[in-house]
Amino acid sequence: MKFLEEYRDPAAAKKLRRAIQAATTKPWTIMEVCGGQTHTIVKYGLEELLPQGIELLHGPGCPVCVTPLEMIDKAIRIASQPDVIFCSFGDMIRVPGSHRDLSAVKAAGGDVRIVYSPLDSLQIAQEHPDKSVVFFAVGFETTAPANAMAVWQAKRRGLENFSMLVSQVLVPPAMTAILSSPSHRVQGFLAAGHVCAVMGYEEYIPLAQRFNVPIVVTGFEPLDLLEGIYRCICMLEAGRSGVENQYSRVVSRPGNLPARRLIEDVFEVTDRTWRGIGMIPRSGLGLAPSYARFDAERRFDLSDIHVCESPACISGQILQGLKKPRECPAFGRQCTPRTPLGATMVSGEGACAAYYHYSPPSDCLACRLAPGAADGGRTGCKPA
Amino acid sequence: MCLGVPGKVTQIYREHDVLMGEVDFGGVTKNVCLEHVPQVRIGQYVIVHVGFGLSILDEAEANQVFAFLEGMRQAQEPGVQEAV
Ligand code: SF4
Repeated sequence: MKFLEEYRDPAAAKKLRRAIQAATTKPWTIMEVCGGQTHTIVKYGLEELLPQGIELLHGPGCPVCVTPLEMIDKAIRIASQPDVIFCSFGDMIRVPGSHRDLSAVKAAGGDVRIVYSPLDSLQIAQEHPDKSVVFFAVGFETTAPANAMAVWQAKRRGLENFSMLVSQVLVPPAMTAILSSPSHRVQGFLAAGHVCAVMGYEEYIPLAQRFNVPIVVTGFEPLDLLEGIYRCICMLEAGRSGVENQYSRVVSRPGNLPARRLIEDVFEVTDRTWRGIGMIPRSGLGLAPSYARFDAERRFDLSDIHVCESPACISGQILQGLKKPRECPAFGRQCTPRTPLGATMVSGEGACAAYYHYSPPSDCLACRLAPGAADGGRTGCKPA
Repeated sequence: MCLGVPGKVTQIYREHDVLMGEVDFGGVTKNVCLEHVPQVRIGQYVIVHVGFGLSILDEAEANQVFAFLEGMRQAQEPGVQEAV
């Protein structure tokens, strides 16, 4: 597939690996923000290609993982009501709430539907005027243009039986929160390429300045990540802060202006709680006053929700880069993708799930990068 | 849901007055909203998230990684943008 396979070329990866080795004289700690990047790093074993002393920390960029427990409980409460069709992206269905998940609501007879696009839930609302159709609008800046379009369309088409349970989050305030924490260890960032495809990267320039860190806007394929790491190390070694754009085939400095305008029209910035991390000021989006009547939190009685988090789960520390999944005593024992205790084990973008599925990877780089090496090249790998 | 993938636009049409397209992901075709990339043409590649095109892939920039590797052999310093 064009724009994918060429960025997995083992020969180019080896060149980048050599360049990284040549550029590195000191230990450095770099955080990749996005769960999609974590997934590539663990799947292809990229961390093992790096010189000793280069540590990658996995950041909070997994929307499923950071959606607050209270929101999951609210989703479960709404989905359990009669005459409701509850629509969600597939990865939210098995995220544990305080007592159960959305799949249990469905098994008990609730009308819970997985949709590919938020526009699908509008279609469902149009086809079922007698039902209240609720869409669970979660995600980072990458889902915001889609979710904003769904509400904008609902208003334009007069679909009054449609509403949204909104839990949108924003990346730069989370990076600020991490850098402001006295216990943080992050010296450089790989910023999430697709978030920047929407929002651009101007916002990161003052952030890099304020905290004196290098930030490299980075893509999602192995070569993208290796180049992002290389550029970040070069900046660290030279004592430079600032923003570089590795992912220029997708990201422009201003981002996607039509999408940004729609987001600004439909949403407003609010404080948000991040699961495992806590409240981060002005780190989320909620519906703007002119769209408030589409807010599911106003349409349903959501009082008396008392959240109860699994005491074993340390996903908050994992999301802040303070611990790695293997340091969790429950990892692979009580907690597996089939029996998840925390959201980081459910999502394809969650660090615990990535470690569970892919590590340790094969020793052979060519096998790891081979087309179809879905398991990180572990099966069928015969290193020379 | 955050995993955006590139796909090739094979058709462009309007539905409920929304700009839509058919996008081919290596043999699997999906209907995708193109309202956020209104300038897209058939044959171009877009990054798609949750059924929405977010960005048109820039063919000229797509070789940047490889050009970068080439250039690295000649000069040790990488190109710098936006250094603060
Ligand atoms: S392994 Fe399970 S219990 Fe431990 S941090 Fe990850 S999700 Fe939580």
